[in-house]
Amino acid sequence: MGFLTLEHISHQYFTTSSYTKAIEDINLTIDEGEFVSFLGPSGCGKSTILSIVSGLITPTEGNVFVNGSPISKQSTSIGYMLQQDYLFPWKTIQQNVLLGPYIQRNVTQEIKEKAIHILEDMGLGNVVTAYPTQLSGGMRQRAALARTLITDPHIFLLDEPFSALDYQTKLKLENLVANTLKKYNKTSLLVTHDIGEAIAMSDRIYLLSANPGKIAATFQVPNHLKSLDPFDARQDADFNDLFQEIWKELNALEHNS
Amino acid sequence: MNTTPKQDQQRFENHLKHLKKEKRHVWAWQFVIFVVFFAIWELSSQLQWIDPLLFSSPSSIADLLFQKATDGSIFLHLRVTLLETIAGFILGTFIGIFLAAILWWSPRFSKIIDPYLVILNAMPKVALGPIIIVALGPGYVSIIAMGAIISVIITTIVVYSAFQDVDENYLKVLNSFGATRYQCFKEAVLPASFSTIISTFKVNVGLSWVGVIVGEFLVSQKGLGYLIIYGFQVFDFTLVLSSLMLIALCAAIMYQAVDRLERKLIKNSK
Ligand SMILES: Nc1ncnc2c1ncn2[C@@H]1O[C@H](COP(=O)(O)OP(=O)(O)O)[C@@H](O)[C@H]1O
Ligand SMILES: [Mg+2]
Repeated sequence: MGFLTLEHISHQYFTTSSYTKAIEDINLTIDEGEFVSFLGPSGCGKSTILSIVSGLITPTEGNVFVNGSPISKQSTSIGYMLQQDYLFPWKTIQQNVLLGPYIQRNVTQEIKEKAIHILEDMGLGNVVTAYPTQLSGGMRQRAALARTLITDPHIFLLDEPFSALDYQTKLKLENLVANTLKKYNKTSLLVTHDIGEAIAMSDRIYLLSANPGKIAATFQVPNHLKSLDPFDARQDADFNDLFQEIWKELNALEHNS
Repeated sequence: MNTTPKQDQQRFENHLKHLKKEKRHVWAWQFVIFVVFFAIWELSSQLQWIDPLLFSSPSSIADLLFQKATDGSIFLHLRVTLLETIAGFILGTFIGIFLAAILWWSPRFSKIIDPYLVILNAMPKVALGPIIIVALGPGYVSIIAMGAIISVIITTIVVYSAFQDVDENYLKVLNSFGATRYQCFKEAVLPASFSTIISTFKVNVGLSWVGVIVGEFLVSQKGLGYLIIYGFQVFDFTLVLSSLMLIALCAAIMYQAVDRLERKLIKNSK
């Protein structure tokens, strides 16, 4: 039994005029410390899967288990990183990073030191007292990563966290995030529509088809690619082979629908 | 041709000079309009082009104000009206924000109450004046209530819609840390609506003046509104116009103060 298990998960959204079946019968198992990606066209239910894992929405069918017990019955801490950083503009970087402990009412001297330490790790040691508007997009997203890391979550959910950044910043941040999550041995779920990013960062890739969202294919990333930094992985010969394979599969999905 | 830094600096200085000159022009014209307006008023009154009994004149208004300032009676009325306006403004604004918070707290309550809000908002609040006076007595309490009631519903509606416009993703971030609804309100919803709240301050200052002056018309005991209605009854239009001038002056000062406050607060929250 894996660390995180999704069993027969389906979800419908209801509006006054109609309903949408966002995802249907998703089954998967993820081990502790694994990094998996969800790849697929927009609207195929990727964000919905993450929201369900986070417990923010309850699926209309199916169950999520962490360590064998249902997710609703326990306090698994979840870290969420979104497409934009959603730093609070009226709080300093330090206050933003300490948001989780502050909400949970355990801002101690120790946590404060940890915050400074993480910020220094992220190269943000000199903007601790700055406000988010004074920072570049890449710095802000790093601060958002620090905010997520500080509560030491068991599961990391990344919903297209790099898609609003310029290419160079994105490559640098991919390295930082992948290395950081590996270092802290986090179980991570990444949503992206960038095939290269999925290959470079993850251990396994789920390809989703749309309407309703289903797992259409699963790709295992070769071991030696996993061990490389995302940036170096992009230069590897195997990277291209896998890229081609996924590309063909994605195109086939498009033609079938 | 290459531009040296010196020339660039020169251009910048010219630009600044130009701006300054423009500003001086505007000031000069504003001053001219002010002087010409009062001069024509004074002159036409002196030469009986307009009826001095009805339209008075700047010099007799100044005389009256000076006389009432030396015996101190004007300050009593001024103080009463100012205090009532400030109290009405604060009450109206904060009750409005509080109601908006309740609506945000309970979406169901907000749906239920919606048509009543629409009706209350559409109703001309000063029409409630007589009822308020019957209920709260003919005194300053009623007048403050008038100053407050005129702005409370519109504040509720505007601030509530600002609360609703707050990006869901801020709440998502907070919820992922296990925040309570109160924490969501305090950490995201309220601060994100800050600029809207402050902009209602400005509108409410003006509204409170309307409510308080109408209230003083009705209660007729003290205050600048009372002086206006009294002057009208005894046909002393110099008194009416003097009170009007004072109201205009005070309202402008209060508006400027709120405007300053707004700029300061918004700068701090950025
Ligand atoms: N709150 C919602 N209400 C109604 N429909 C929704 C809602 N959120 C998402 N959907 C629909 O569900 C489908 C999947 O959405 P989403 O999970 O956001 O896809 P993705 O993240 O892959 O782009 C889409 O068709 C979308 O329109
Ligand atoms: Mg999405």
